[in-house]
Amino acid sequence: MEARRWLPSAELTGSGRPVFLQGEVECALISAVDLEPEEDPTGTSTLRSGLLILTTHRLIWIGGSEGSAIPLGSVVHAFPPTKRSIRSMFSSPRIRIQCSVSGDGKVVDGQGGPLKSTSVVTIVMRGKGDDPDEFFARLWEVMKGRAWVATAGDVRRSVEGNAGTAGTAEAVRMPVVGVSGILRKEQEMWENTDKSLHDAFQDLNALMSKAKEMVMLAEKMRSKLLSGSTTQGSAGNDEEMGSKDMQEWLLSVGIASPVTKESAGALYHQQLSRQLADFVEVPLKKAGGMIALIDAYCLFNRARGTELISPEDMLRSCSIWEKFDVPVMLRKFDSGVMVIQNKTHSDEEVFSRIKSMASKPNALRTGISPSDAAMTLGIAPALAKEHLLTAESKGLLCRDISPEGFRFYVNVFPDLDPSNIFMIKPHSLFSVWVSTAAAAAASG
Amino acid sequence: MQRVGDFKLPSFFNYPPYFTLQPVRETREKQVQLWKELILDYCRTLKVFTIGLEEDFPLFSNPEIQRTLTHEAREVFLSALVSEGRAEWINKGHKKCLILWMRIQDWADCVLRFVRDNGLEDSVMTVEDIRSGIESRGTELEGIDRTVLMRALKLLEQKGKVAIFKGTSADDEGVKFSA
Repeated sequence: MEARRWLPSAELTGSGRPVFLQGEVECALISAVDLEPEEDPTGTSTLRSGLLILTTHRLIWIGGSEGSAIPLGSVVHAFPPTKRSIRSMFSSPRIRIQCSVSGDGKVVDGQGGPLKSTSVVTIVMRGKGDDPDEFFARLWEVMKGRAWVATAGDVRRSVEGNAGTAGTAEAVRMPVVGVSGILRKEQEMWENTDKSLHDAFQDLNALMSKAKEMVMLAEKMRSKLLSGSTTQGSAGNDEEMGSKDMQEWLLSVGIASPVTKESAGALYHQQLSRQLADFVEVPLKKAGGMIALIDAYCLFNRARGTELISPEDMLRSCSIWEKFDVPVMLRKFDSGVMVIQNKTHSDEEVFSRIKSMASKPNALRTGISPSDAAMTLGIAPALAKEHLLTAESKGLLCRDISPEGFRFYVNVFPDLDPSNIFMIKPHSLFSVWVSTAAAAAASG
Repeated sequence: MQRVGDFKLPSFFNYPPYFTLQPVRETREKQVQLWKELILDYCRTLKVFTIGLEEDFPLFSNPEIQRTLTHEAREVFLSALVSEGRAEWINKGHKKCLILWMRIQDWADCVLRFVRDNGLEDSVMTVEDIRSGIESRGTELEGIDRTVLMRALKLLEQKGKVAIFKGTSADDEGVKFSA
């Protein structure tokens, strides 16, 4: 703990990914990085062999389960990596950055307040194959972008807006009066939208800087569409609820900073895996603790927008979960169907629900099909079938294959006695089945 | 309660999974045992000696619930009887099965009892007489399957209790009971 004090701490998610600030996007990742403060004769303050993430707002260092961050706002200057010489051939590449520090030597955001003093932090890249020049170029680009300033400004502006004070820009505008006023306002809005779309797509670098506006635009469209659907027609309709849910999915903006091969490099799968673990939490909760891998893949890619991942990458990310301390796991059913489930998810609970479902009079008579189970359990039919098959293998159910299809019945075989085939054990599941079947025969 | 002829069917005969071969080991074992007992019980009650796999056998389908055993299931259940010595395949193709609801040894004992009860020691009978003669009327031997009877007689011959010889007509054989 002592060693970390000179840097502000950074919040991490349950699976060890940084929690990003509003509008923050990650740009590069390098592993096996040391962070050395300038005055550290004993070496106790040095942060050793962690993961360094360069984002548009911060330099985040993650070691073990703790994260620290250098806000880019505190960086006064970055020195390019030392040129290759015979001497530096054998030592790790270093990038030095000058940061503003407070009186007690802690790195602080230099924006706003008067600059007290500065200190130099050295980034030592111990990993092989990492290109210091490339990283430096990225850092420089991000520094030039000054995305953190924009965020701070936005926050201030929105605070003003909430307070109700009319900005100067507002005062110059023509007042909105009558139909022409509304039309003019619409027109203005369209022009603005068009302009930002146009600007954004001019080149990809510009898109990066426009990302925040794009996200806001999308959010606005979404809320507009959602409010539109609620005002039209009567609420409470099942179908409408479904379509609204769907819309919510389709319009959700998703992951603001997807892990990409470009930004993460060799750490790609590891970081992707952690991000996926964070992401599936919500859909898992909605689906009752288990979700088909295919469904998760679709949702994940949908959330990533244009940064699509391949099925292989998805599978690899899931299969390396075992190595991390994440709350989810990949499970393969005997049939080969793969699902993502919470580690705490218990089959027992599902089984007891299946058993009580199969013991209802109707189910005793006609059995249950995977689609019946899907309806009752609120899960996908393919998954329901897996659950039924697992329940069968546990001896809770047994199957019935007929021209009418594949159905499952509650298993009464354990109640039957081959040495007396006419005996009906009292108070057994079998006796319940017999009386139900008899009642059905009498009424039918 | 459902019946086939004079035979009363058990309640589980209307349980649809009873007619589908169960894949889970424990369930399957119980199912096979139940089928074995039902087949033996049925054959004993109605004096049925053979079951043809491809013929209509009343036990193998239940019109009430519209379920029929598959060929595979029939073979599994009959093979289970065969492996226990309670049945035998009549031909190599596993098309027909001889059901031994009494073991050959028990049939041999029946024949000896029949001989003793009727005072037939040292006398001669044809095989056909044993099956359908006046003496056997009302006994367990009435209407016995010829193959089963021959197997029982051969067992007795090995023990020196009877002698089998060719009769006058080509298709019948004579049996001499020893004292």
